[in-house]
Amino acid sequence: MKLSNKQATLLVLALLIAITPFFFPSSYYYRVGSLIFVNGIAVTGMVILIGYAGQISLGHAGFAGIGAYTCALAPVHLGLHPGLALVLGAVISAAMAWLIGRPILRLKGYYLGVATLGFGILVSMVLANERDITRGPDGIEVPDLGLRGLLKDMGLNLNNSEFWYGFTGLALLLGAWLALNLFNSPTGRALRALHGSEIAARTVGVDVARLKLQAFVISAVYASVSGSLLALQNKFITPDVAGYMHSIEMVTMAVLGGAGSVLGAIFGAGILTMLPQVLTVFAEYEQLMLGLVMMLVMIFMREGLLPSVLRLIRGRGE
Amino acid sequence: MSLLQVEGLGIEFGGVRAVHDVSFAMKPGEIVSVIGPNGAGKTTLFNMISGVYLPGSGRVKLDGEDVTGMSPHLLARRGLSRTFQNLQIFQQMTVLENAIAGYHLQESGHLLADLLNLPSSRRRAQVAREGAQKLLERVGLGRAGEQEAGNLSYGALKRLEIARALALKPRVLLLDEPAAGCNAVETEEIDHLIAEVAAEGVAILLVEHDMKMVMRISNHIVVLDHGEKIAEGDPATVSRNPDVIAAYLGTQEAADADG
Ligand SMILES: Nc1ncnc2c1ncn2[C@@H]1O[C@H](COP(=O)(O)OP(=O)(O)OP(=O)(O)O)[C@@H](O)[C@H]1O
Ligand SMILES: [Mg+2]
Repeated sequence: MKLSNKQATLLVLALLIAITPFFFPSSYYYRVGSLIFVNGIAVTGMVILIGYAGQISLGHAGFAGIGAYTCALAPVHLGLHPGLALVLGAVISAAMAWLIGRPILRLKGYYLGVATLGFGILVSMVLANERDITRGPDGIEVPDLGLRGLLKDMGLNLNNSEFWYGFTGLALLLGAWLALNLFNSPTGRALRALHGSEIAARTVGVDVARLKLQAFVISAVYASVSGSLLALQNKFITPDVAGYMHSIEMVTMAVLGGAGSVLGAIFGAGILTMLPQVLTVFAEYEQLMLGLVMMLVMIFMREGLLPSVLRLIRGRGE
Repeated sequence: MSLLQVEGLGIEFGGVRAVHDVSFAMKPGEIVSVIGPNGAGKTTLFNMISGVYLPGSGRVKLDGEDVTGMSPHLLARRGLSRTFQNLQIFQQMTVLENAIAGYHLQESGHLLADLLNLPSSRRRAQVAREGAQKLLERVGLGRAGEQEAGNLSYGALKRLEIARALALKPRVLLLDEPAAGCNAVETEEIDHLIAEVAAEGVAILLVEHDMKMVMRISNHIVVLDHGEKIAEGDPATVSRNPDVIAAYLGTQEAADADG
């Protein structure tokens, strides 16, 4: 039996999530793992935007900020369950993406990059400056999701980092499944078509403006959920979650790993989340090394790490 | 009644008249060719009819409806489809996926159905896939489906574009140099294909430099030179027209002088 690309990707992901904990030297690595998964969710959204539709955003952390702060604020001010706050955050992010996407997505290339960058900066400024509500740059605490307690009552006793590892891992699997469904669907094909040639896509009937907007909204929801999960997991959040560094990190993870493939981009999220931990041995040269790795990958592996490595392996096999 | 009607169409680029006051009409099943020397304005005319350029003056009517300057995706819904002189292929997609893309209007449904891979989404995609495979066979690319489109030869890509355009089940089909880069055998196949499609009632507007092909299959020919229509009529009439001969000889002499 031959596995489809979708089945293979989901299988590899599920196995990695399930098996790696057996090799964790300490429980600290559960935390690293769940950070990778949270980043992986945002980056999967970037694959839809960058890899499928060929559009850029340097402001998607803005949506992560909306997701994160909705989880911090909605339970307090609206009495909403934190889980529902995550959903509300996603709805707000989708609405916001729809509103700003309509004018912004008419822009192309670096114009689009700068405009989206502006959006991200705007969100992080609001989060930092509206002290009365957000408590400003020092951050704000986020209520407990409560799901772990529920599982405990049902007889499944996990410690905090184990729980978040499993929960975010499942969320990532769900996100990857949706993105892979989209890839081979009529909508995914239309997105990839407008990426290849906008003019040809139009002539086969693709409403390019509408399709770009859909990709933008979907990726905003991924970023929002990622931000919410980060906030819920840390039980604390600062405006940095919406900062431009975080936006650029999302794009870098996707492109470095391979923006054209879900697995590649998640791989990129893994590498860039772990590298700083590994590179601490180089102490003050850490950032330098990181920058160097990024440059080298882009120069020698333009498709991204994973696709290039897979190509190399296949080439050998023949 | 004419299916496509072009009235006084014109456009300028930075003060230069690329096309000026061009009119003609075509009926279902008719093959109309637009000929003229390089730079005469043939592709520009196509771009205006297909909504890629907004005409500076004049009207385009499709089945009586004024569609001047209408966006290409809306024209596609109304049954107008085209190919490109300078290939517009979805390079990163497979050959089959390129052809399936032509089914966009028929296969697209609700976004949520696509995200959740619901049976309705799968069914639509499957119908499109089967249709696309048949079209690939029709243009002689039946075995190339799984290849990445970027790997195909120029002539094969030309035929892939025709397959993609046919997938829309168009009423009007614009072909910009479909036989460019094809060998004699392939040219003849395209020739047959065009005649076949026209026989099904599709109005075909053709730009082609292969004069033998043009004379053989056209019902009607429109001659452009420096953006203006200098002659039109059936192949026999046009080929005897002194202005046409002069326009072609003129470019020949200019080319000789350049060389
Ligand atoms: N977007 C544009 N901007 C400026 N000038 C243009 C543009 N498109 C076409 N032109 C000019 O309009 C004129 C007509 O060009 P067009 O491509 O329509 O000719 P053509 O008849 O298709 O020629 P060929 O046989 O070489 O394909 C040329 O002088 C060309 O330079
Ligand atoms: Mg041309």
